[in-house]
Amino acid sequence: MAADMTQSTPGTPGSADTPGSAKGKRPRPERSRRFGESGATLNVFGTGFMAIWAIMILGPVLWVVLGAFKNASELNGSAWSWPHHWSFGAFSRAWHTGISTYLKDTVIVLVFSVSLTMLLGAMAAYVLARFEFRGNRFIYYLFVSGVMLPVYLALVPLFFQVSKLHMLNTYQGLILVYVAFSMPFTVFFLHAFFRTLPSAVYEAALIDGASHTRAFFQVMLPMAKPGLISVGIFNILGQWNQYLLPVVLMQSQHGEPPHYMLSQGLVSLMVAQGYSGDFPALFAGMTIAMLPVMAVYLSFQRQVQAGLTAGTLK
Amino acid sequence: MRLRKKTRERLFIASFLAGPLLVYLVFVIWPYIETFGYSLTEWSGVAPPTKVVGLKNYVDLFHDSIFLKALTHNMIILIVFPTVTIALAMFFAFMLNVGGRRGGLGGVKGIPGSAFFRIVFFFPQVLSVAIIVILFQSAYESNSVGLFNAIVIKLGLTDANHPWEFLNSPTFVLWCIMFILVWQWVGFYLVLFSAAMQQIPRDYYEAALLDGAGRTQTYFKVTMPLLWDSVQTAWVYLAVAAMDAFALVATLTPGSSFGGGPDEHGEVLSTYLMRNFQVLGKAGYACAMGVVIFFITLILSLVVLRATRRERLEY
Repeated sequence: MAADMTQSTPGTPGSADTPGSAKGKRPRPERSRRFGESGATLNVFGTGFMAIWAIMILGPVLWVVLGAFKNASELNGSAWSWPHHWSFGAFSRAWHTGISTYLKDTVIVLVFSVSLTMLLGAMAAYVLARFEFRGNRFIYYLFVSGVMLPVYLALVPLFFQVSKLHMLNTYQGLILVYVAFSMPFTVFFLHAFFRTLPSAVYEAALIDGASHTRAFFQVMLPMAKPGLISVGIFNILGQWNQYLLPVVLMQSQHGEPPHYMLSQGLVSLMVAQGYSGDFPALFAGMTIAMLPVMAVYLSFQRQVQAGLTAGTLK
Repeated sequence: MRLRKKTRERLFIASFLAGPLLVYLVFVIWPYIETFGYSLTEWSGVAPPTKVVGLKNYVDLFHDSIFLKALTHNMIILIVFPTVTIALAMFFAFMLNVGGRRGGLGGVKGIPGSAFFRIVFFFPQVLSVAIIVILFQSAYESNSVGLFNAIVIKLGLTDANHPWEFLNSPTFVLWCIMFILVWQWVGFYLVLFSAAMQQIPRDYYEAALLDGAGRTQTYFKVTMPLLWDSVQTAWVYLAVAAMDAFALVATLTPGSSFGGGPDEHGEVLSTYLMRNFQVLGKAGYACAMGVVIFFITLILSLVVLRATRRERLEY
């Protein structure tokens, strides 16, 4: 989002008067041709290198998806083998050995954690962005400083904190932890967003007798929709992919079955498949886990890229 | 009337901040603070800590050969990984934005297929680290079934009977991990640098072009200096990522719990920390390690921000 906002403001005067200034200086064809030629080798080399890099990214991913359709002997035979008959057997085996449960648990947690993150994050960001009171700056920086802290640093005490609250291996424990760890970026992002919104409509609502709370939910939130979508997608992806937190917090405590999250479940499946040798099922499980992410990414590609990088652009 | 309005506003502010702040303090801020406190105790991690030992944990750390080895490895990652990532991302961003042949406004545009490359390069960012781990676990496998060995064999660099040992090799294990880190992050910084490049006014490039600058020259004399701010930010974030690398090392490298093998050649601080906490029952010690990592990261960021400070050009 920050990228989008900055793009439209500066630079415009420069690009606007460009054609004029170029004309004024007389076109110089020989110069621009040289510019093109000096880059010809670079172009070939550069594009070639980029194509190789693209293959390095797509290759392994496609290899996994293809692997899900191979049978065990094809997979153990040669890395170059092609699936002979396209069967979905591996998918159903993966589904029944746990993926369905992991998927269900992950969705349950995410429904609550993402909505709660958005609600609490928007509330905090809004108040910090639009009201002046003592301690405002301090609270803002308290939230935002969390962006820089690596998660694993707090894992040891976090484990005991959640344990003290008797929330290990529970949905509500993981939901609250997800919300807390998503707070810094969400507040940071929405804070910047609420600042850019005009206050005229809001003031009109107040004059009409709406309370602050009502004005927030009925006027400001709808206006902030683009920002909420960006940060929402960011949180969905981030929490869907989270690995470290569930590994520590979602382990069986007193012999009850653990509520594994999808990414954690996949790794445990990998360990298990190492023994049983059913790698097609593992690859099928990975494909199942990748599909929703891929769908979200491809359909919201711009917002995802803008949202993820906005945090690093001041 | 005026006072009532003010109180109402205060109440509103308090009610909106209470929830988010409470969750954040309980699950984020407090654990971080506790890390500092626990680092001064001898604590097994089971019952609450009883014995305060002062700075003993910290002194012990610097006599712990595994810790020092892990620290060295993190330093190697810290130098190699950000440098390679930033260099690649810059190059790609340049190619995608201004690397194309003349055309467009004043001859500045990206190479064909820019949109495609952008989507593909960024893709690893949306994958869970768990998926990346399994992906590379199978790709790095040290037999001809593994993707990379299949390629190496196809290229004739070795034969099927002598596959490369990638993750099991003491010499290569760190490089294998660093390759994944670069693979994972280049796309992210490519997008970041692209956003910054698009803010550079086009007439700068056109001026360079009119003055007869070639593309290489334009890159080093115009683009690079103007992106300095973003490079700084990238360095700081990459340093944090370099000090982490937990999930990759813990699951990919050989070793009974949290990897680190072969023979500590793949050990990094974060995995050693987790092993002390969950396996060796030295939670206080693990906390001290966490504090040290925290300060290393903090100092590094400050040094980078200070040392690379330059005059800023507003446009």
